[in-house]
Amino acid sequence: MKIRTVLATKGMNMISISPEQTLKEAIGVLAQHNIGALLVLDADKSMVGILSERDIIRHIARDEQALGQPIASIMTSNVITGRPQDDVQSVMATMTERRFRHLPIMDGDALIGIISIGDVVKAQMDDFQGKIDTLQTQIIEGEATE
Amino acid sequence: MTQLGTEGHPLRVAIIGSGPSAFYAADHLLKQAALVVEVDMFDRLPTPFGLVRGGVAPDHQKIKTVTKVFNQIASNPRFRFFGYVEYGTDITHAELAEHYHQVLYATGAQTDRTMNIPGENLIGSHPATEFVAWYNGHPDFRDAKFDLSQERIAVVGVGNVAIDVARILSLSHEELAKTDMADYAIEALSQSKIKEVYLLGRRGAAQAAFTTPEVKELDEMEESDVIVDPVEAALDPLSAAELERSQDKAAKKKVEILQGYAQREPAGKGKRLYIRFLVSPVEIVGDQQGRVSKLRMVKNELYATDTGSIAARATDQFEELDVGLVFRSVGYRGVPLPDVPFHERWGVILNQKGRVLNPDTNQPLTGEYTAGWIKRGPSGVIGTNKPDAVETVNCMIEDVAAGKTWQPSQPGRDSVEALVRERKPNYVSFADWQKLDAIEQERGAAEGRPRVKFTSIADALAALGRAETVS
Repeated sequence: MKIRTVLATKGMNMISISPEQTLKEAIGVLAQHNIGALLVLDADKSMVGILSERDIIRHIARDEQALGQPIASIMTSNVITGRPQDDVQSVMATMTERRFRHLPIMDGDALIGIISIGDVVKAQMDDFQGKIDTLQTQIIEGEATE
Repeated sequence: MTQLGTEGHPLRVAIIGSGPSAFYAADHLLKQAALVVEVDMFDRLPTPFGLVRGGVAPDHQKIKTVTKVFNQIASNPRFRFFGYVEYGTDITHAELAEHYHQVLYATGAQTDRTMNIPGENLIGSHPATEFVAWYNGHPDFRDAKFDLSQERIAVVGVGNVAIDVARILSLSHEELAKTDMADYAIEALSQSKIKEVYLLGRRGAAQAAFTTPEVKELDEMEESDVIVDPVEAALDPLSAAELERSQDKAAKKKVEILQGYAQREPAGKGKRLYIRFLVSPVEIVGDQQGRVSKLRMVKNELYATDTGSIAARATDQFEELDVGLVFRSVGYRGVPLPDVPFHERWGVILNQKGRVLNPDTNQPLTGEYTAGWIKRGPSGVIGTNKPDAVETVNCMIEDVAAGKTWQPSQPGRDSVEALVRERKPNYVSFADWQKLDAIEQERGAAEGRPRVKFTSIADALAALGRAETVS
């Protein structure tokens, strides 16, 4: 299964924030949308970083006064990105090994979406369920024919 | 006004399409204990079941047994089938909104993805999807022409469709004659001069998308040897490591089988099916008459992307293959529906968990839903459509509870039937289809075959005592 399949049913809403906005604002957006990461886009809508719950926790643990700071100083800027044609299995393994839970997806130079580990897990479950159902149907209905 | 979804005020749902996702959605809707739902299923063809009838290979009858499940779903008294009724032409979007609370688009992926290389439109270059539709007797494709006098044929792709095409091209007349393949196709293939079929895979043996049983059954072909180059089938360190890490037994078995073919001497069966890896076509070269004469390919190497995915990139080595026919099999693609937003690049209806989205606002369009390949793209097996359809139906149920449905002016089931009878008096009900089904199977039994298909709409309707609609 490819990443593009996971992306197809997500709608095109990409929640983002700009690097000059504050951590306090970012927390508000995360809470409002009930999500775990924000894409950080500059004025040209290019992705310059990603801000995850973990980045926020790490920062506040160091500096309680961090709420007023700009996202630019807190976000992860070396963002690992995926492509629509990437295999979901490999992506899952990498997310697990490298301990990140959100993956922005690029199609060439265009940012087209973001998927979470939750999306990937659900897609895998549905994929396995589908395969099992297909096989079960063939066994049951096939036996009935004989 | 009584509550929606009760005996006095049933939820009326129109489903456009009648393949697996349509039936699984109908099933989940009809199974709701707390909701009284009536489902009307529309298909432009007189026969239901989508690609189960028109796409699954004629020698794969076991896969088709899923239709028994569909028949069971169709036996529900709150289910109706309107075959030979085309959404957009025979019933419009506006009319659906007058008669139904919700519509679900489950039209699948009816066209092909292109390779986007020069020469793709030369004579002799075809989409595999058309070839499959043709040999499966899809009425729209019975007049398609393929030059089967060519001795060397290339099939680009190594998914299940590609391997089906390659196998069908390589089977003997006897092997084909006992399937439910369209008679005209059996005839044409028995006259063919095919000697060599090439399956061309972009990545390596470990990444080939065809499933293990498909590659295993190639061994059983009477008239064709499977040839795999040991060098191409050997796993590079990246693929070997990935296979080890994933512990994917089916993939390991698949590679074993391919490497097994690579070790063997051909048995001299007459035809050859070559499975090639790490090659991508870059140009289809034509002769003076504009016919396919060669396929120019680049050799690929594998590398790991940032997410650990194994991808192919071109090297500077090229190869030319003399071929007279090319079938591209690099995916199906969805077709836009009238009055339904379509994502051109991905070939799907833009949606969120099956709720169709307004592309300008990214907000769900009330009353409109999608399931199956037109929702998520052409991926997975037949059963994959079940969780997909369930996800969509769960959204539909949520929306009913929240009062977010269409407000049809004529929700009664009789009024839409009257409309259909006026537009398409020769429409095909499920009971009609069951008559056609019985005739096909009877004809098949007389010849020791699973069925002999009706391949023209005129013939199918004539068997019901009706005429075709000629526009």
